[in-house]
Amino acid sequence: MDTKNADVKLESKNNILTAAISGEIDHHCAKNIRQEIDAALLSASPNKLIINMGGVTFMDSSGLGLILGRYTKAEEIGVQFSVQGARGRVRQMFDMAGLDRIITFEG
Amino acid sequence: MKKSENTLKLQFDSLSQNESLARSLAAAFVMQLNPTVAELADIKCAVSEAVTNCTVHAYRDAVGPVYMIMNAYADRKVKIEIRDAGCGIPDVETAMQPLYTTDAENERSGMGFTVMDSFMDSLTVRSRPGKGTKVIMMKKLSVLPR
Repeated sequence: MDTKNADVKLESKNNILTAAISGEIDHHCAKNIRQEIDAALLSASPNKLIINMGGVTFMDSSGLGLILGRYTKAEEIGVQFSVQGARGRVRQMFDMAGLDRIITFEG
Repeated sequence: MKKSENTLKLQFDSLSQNESLARSLAAAFVMQLNPTVAELADIKCAVSEAVTNCTVHAYRDAVGPVYMIMNAYADRKVKIEIRDAGCGIPDVETAMQPLYTTDAENERSGMGFTVMDSFMDSLTVRSRPGKGTKVIMMKKLSVLPR
């Protein structure tokens, strides 16, 4: 039995890889999202990785680990990194963890 | 504490797909009290964290039972107890520190207890190595508008 509460859509354009996450990010879904983004990061070799969280309806601390992990990976390989669309509760979680001081948030 | 007006007792396996099930059931139970959207989101997130701890830490690579007991009281307090019979936590105080994690390689943020503590009015964690962990969370919902 498996359930999928979250989805990630990946688009590579003009050397920018955008990963648009939708649904509920928890520990159950985080691993698959992580693997999909990391595989795309490897194959697309972009200059910038944007995580769009506008479609996220729920996120617990698994989402913090997911985003911090992608930020760290991007930093390691010299890829710019930003998060878009983190509003309301999702943004509150990032601020609570102090990630607003590390990660660039856009729009 | 006064006798609860309503109680729901659940037992489920420590499988990761039950994280969303647990928070959805908690939301359904609390909905009877007409919480605000923010209160409902707080409770869902806190429950998700507590159940994830059972999945990730308590039973490690095994699967074991998770017990969730929810009580609603007349004064609009909600008590949620989430218990496992897993490995237990040797040092609860350290485990509750923000960003502390024993599972950094799997990108655990170490913010689980901080989230529970921030989103609920009170958080109590009792644990004994080899015996399991019990998390008790309380939240008083705001008064309904007349």
